[in-house]
Amino acid sequence: MKDIAWLLPALPLLGFIINGLGRKALPKMVAGVIGSAAVLGSFIIGLMLFMHVHETQHGEVLNYYRWLSVGSLVIDLGLYIDQLSAWMILIITGIGFLIHVYSMGYMSHDAGHNKFFAYLNLFVFFMLVLVMGSNYPMMFIGWEGVGLCSYLLIGFWNTNTNYNNAAKKAFVMNRIGDLGFLLGMFMIYYYFGSLDYQVVFAKVAGVEINSPIIVGIALLLFVGAMGKSAQLPLYTWLPDAMAGPTPVSALIHAATMVTAGIYMIVRSNIIYTFAPSAQTVVMVVGLATSIFAAIIGLKQNDIKKVLAYSTVSQLGLMFMALGVGAYSSAMFHVTTHAFFKALLFLGSGSVIHAMGNEQDIRKMGGLWKKLPITAWTFLLGTLAICGIPPLSGFFSKDEILLNAFTANPVIWGLAVVSSLITTIYMFRLLFVTFFGKFRGTYDQEHHLHESPASMTIPLVVLCILSVFGGLLNVPEIFGGNAWAHHWFGEMLFKPALGGIEHAVSHSMELVLMGVMLVLIAIAFVVLRNKYITKGAVPEADEEMTGFTKLVGNKFMVDEIYDFFIVKPIYLFSSALYYVCELKFIDLIVNAIGDGIVGLGRLFRRLQTGNIGFYIFTMVLSIVAILVFKYFVV
Amino acid sequence: MDYTTLILLAIPLLSIPLLYLVPREFAKHVGLLSSLVSMATLLYFFYQVFTICTCKPIQMTFNEVWVKSLGINFHLSIDGVSMLMLLLTNLAVPLIMLSSYGSSQGNTRGLFALILLMQASLLGVFMAADSFVFYLFYELALVPVFFIILNWGGENKGRINLKFFIYTLTGSLLMLVAIIFLYLQTGESATFNIRTFYHLGLTATQQSLVFWGFMIAFAVKIPLFPLHTWQPPTYTVAPTQGTMLLSAIMGKMALYGIFRFVIPITPLAVAQWGSAVMILAVIGVVYGAWIAIGQNNIKTLFAYSSLSHVGLIAVGMFTLTTQGLQGGLFQMVAHGFNAIGLFMIADILYRRLGTFELSKMGGIANQAPRFAILFFIILLGAVALPLTNGFVGEFLLLLGIFSYSKVMALVAGLTIIFGAVYMLNTYQKSMFGESNELTANFKDLTITETLVLAPVAVIVLAAGIFPELFMKLTEIPVQGLLENLGEGVLK
Repeated sequence: MKDIAWLLPALPLLGFIINGLGRKALPKMVAGVIGSAAVLGSFIIGLMLFMHVHETQHGEVLNYYRWLSVGSLVIDLGLYIDQLSAWMILIITGIGFLIHVYSMGYMSHDAGHNKFFAYLNLFVFFMLVLVMGSNYPMMFIGWEGVGLCSYLLIGFWNTNTNYNNAAKKAFVMNRIGDLGFLLGMFMIYYYFGSLDYQVVFAKVAGVEINSPIIVGIALLLFVGAMGKSAQLPLYTWLPDAMAGPTPVSALIHAATMVTAGIYMIVRSNIIYTFAPSAQTVVMVVGLATSIFAAIIGLKQNDIKKVLAYSTVSQLGLMFMALGVGAYSSAMFHVTTHAFFKALLFLGSGSVIHAMGNEQDIRKMGGLWKKLPITAWTFLLGTLAICGIPPLSGFFSKDEILLNAFTANPVIWGLAVVSSLITTIYMFRLLFVTFFGKFRGTYDQEHHLHESPASMTIPLVVLCILSVFGGLLNVPEIFGGNAWAHHWFGEMLFKPALGGIEHAVSHSMELVLMGVMLVLIAIAFVVLRNKYITKGAVPEADEEMTGFTKLVGNKFMVDEIYDFFIVKPIYLFSSALYYVCELKFIDLIVNAIGDGIVGLGRLFRRLQTGNIGFYIFTMVLSIVAILVFKYFVV
Repeated sequence: MDYTTLILLAIPLLSIPLLYLVPREFAKHVGLLSSLVSMATLLYFFYQVFTICTCKPIQMTFNEVWVKSLGINFHLSIDGVSMLMLLLTNLAVPLIMLSSYGSSQGNTRGLFALILLMQASLLGVFMAADSFVFYLFYELALVPVFFIILNWGGENKGRINLKFFIYTLTGSLLMLVAIIFLYLQTGESATFNIRTFYHLGLTATQQSLVFWGFMIAFAVKIPLFPLHTWQPPTYTVAPTQGTMLLSAIMGKMALYGIFRFVIPITPLAVAQWGSAVMILAVIGVVYGAWIAIGQNNIKTLFAYSSLSHVGLIAVGMFTLTTQGLQGGLFQMVAHGFNAIGLFMIADILYRRLGTFELSKMGGIANQAPRFAILFFIILLGAVALPLTNGFVGEFLLLLGIFSYSKVMALVAGLTIIFGAVYMLNTYQKSMFGESNELTANFKDLTITETLVLAPVAVIVLAAGIFPELFMKLTEIPVQGLLENLGEGVLK
């Protein structure tokens, strides 16, 4: 079985090569089928690997060739198949396949159709390398590789300067994080002498808890995660990344790539377990991001922007879970979030498609009847993300909240606030888009149509997953066996003493759930009253005032970064060039040159051509030498 | 006696008269053919010797007495490091020659003859085992490039070229003094043999003097901050072939010199002064990248980017770690090819648009997809994306720097951010966006242009995916160097 593991990343790579070379020659249909089939093939192999891991119950390293060996640094290109990577493989290739199928419909009219599939395949390849690699450099290869694909796909329509800027911003912000990742790797190598997971983790188990080294490593790696998973303060690229085609938003900027930071920490869980103070940082950053992004989401009117801030917020929640040591809960939420967020994005894509590229929800409304499949699936996706039982989001969020409560009731309280805000902006989005009166133009109204089957089938499948995904990890209290929890438990480091999980009583658990559900119900009733019964529409940009305006403008973070970081960097660049380089360093160089020329002019005057003068200086010199020799020395 | 070294040297030298024997219009084909023969010959020797056995430190030697009274020997030899630099030279020269195909440069016979002379000088530098021979070739290399710029350069070439010439020549004089000083210390054996210099038992003061003699010469040539101001204008004004020769190979002579002379001959001085050079070089790394961010002239931008990249190599080598040294040697080659690619790209843009100014470009990607793809791959090498040659080099260099100083690694590491900024800016401004009047009819690559860029792109990826082959070349020489240093310190 494991002999063909290499095929898993190789198939999408092959798809990339075929579609890349044949981007002009291949008919769209063929390119789409090749791209989708490659990912489906990987998914099937992924299922087989998953079963293999299920049987053997332990991870396996498969090394292929020695990429680099310099001194004691040895890096093999190898794959690591364990519970975590097998799980991630299924998310990536499973949802990846659905989104490929969806793209066949969504991109069918685009001139760059084949190029799009090539990039999408390349992305899947790098994402698989990221999660399957057997050492940190391989994770980094995938890490930057997916960043590259993200860049290419955000700026896919490259004649639009705004899109290009968004793409560049994404790449550069990720690079800031990547520097942290790089330095983290250097530190690991410097102190542990290797970058292979197995070797490093074995050595970490021997260090002192919270020693500066381990905390430093954990924090540096987390800087990388901040970039890739869009956490404060490196999150601003993700909302802008919505410039890319919607399937890209669903696959890369919601379901898979942005969860790479969570994968990284779960993979390195032993490092974080030994660095509780770094864990606290992760928790605080995650929680802060979760609330901050959710608040911004309240006042966005671009359907994709709402979902983007929602993604940032949900990722924050996952980091919070990691911060309190609930690794498997975070992974479970990664999974359910991948289902419902991919669903919501694809749903929004279907809406945008029907509306003729309109993205402002204030100009939509009443789409329920015209787009029944999209509307139903979007509704269920919304209910899932809000955490309505028994949909998948309920189980995964509940587990995170429970873990938060166990760690500290204050964290729980803040996480509940974040979840409540999520509910508010999601219901707002749902009601304003699909209910009430249609507010678009006459033309748009008459073009409204449900999307083709290649787009609706993935929606339905994702909807089913969003509804039933919770079955993967039904907690004990509902008679489940917390399957996913045990699955990940196999690969997580288990602290020798007691550990973090002191149980909460079942009655307490029910009370916590009850509080959350009551709050959601209240939010539902209030919002339904406002947007459906009274038919309110979010105010126009000009009407926003005070705090609302500030939130609508995303707290001006982009402007602040631009004014305090970007502008000064460019200004200083000019200053360096025009002042330091041309007016200082080069001036000195030229001055020395001119000085020598000047000296030359001076000495030239000695060459008078007068023989008498020459003889005179000669005699004087001889006398001087004699004096020097006999009297001075 | 092994004549490999002589054969390698003879091919370009003997081809020069050939250029003048054939009709003028065939001259450049003969030149190209000669460079291909050089390349094939080297690859043959490489395959024969280095793939079979990498265990011997020095593989091929030619040693004849040249000037007996002064102890000068015509002594050439090839070890793994030399071989790496020879591969760079002999693979780069055909590309550089091809780059002049299709550009209107008038007397290409003269240009090709000078390039061949340049090639011979570079080969001589990288094979020299006698410091006098080294100096001779090192200076000889200046002559062809001086005339190339003088004859085929752009605006203001006279003044800029003269400054470049005097600047580097002055630096080299200090090296000559250092070499003569070392020669005088050899006592009765009276030799210029580089390896003898390794065991002279110089005092710390003597080492410091020798160190600065060499270092100033090399710092000008590499160039390192703050002795770099000749570089951006020279790179900008030189014809593409001149810029390629300068940035891809000539600067590497000096980095190679650090490996051959500075580190093994003056280890105590390196311990004393190395950090000073490194701090200046790290400043240069950030300085060059930062200035590049604001440049509008694509050629000047690439010149500052080059300054930043080669600075990092110098820093890494002075860490005296295996990763820093092997990474530095690897990056020398990687940067060489990437520079050829980038300056070719600038040239192609100039040929079609008549300008180097980014603000006048835009929207080329959709007009010229082949160009867009090759440009992008080469750009990825320059921004050090994993699985490109640039990543392998910078990863190792930064790793070496990290083990020397964490702060330095952090500061030098900023280049991976700045590099992404200016490179993606460049690409966006030139290739993306709507096309304008100037770029509307941009023609995709011609065959000869493709023949320059495609091999570079292949090298970018191949060296990034299979770096181990090149690492094997430098492994033993670097180990040998570090062991010698270890012994030196123990004494």
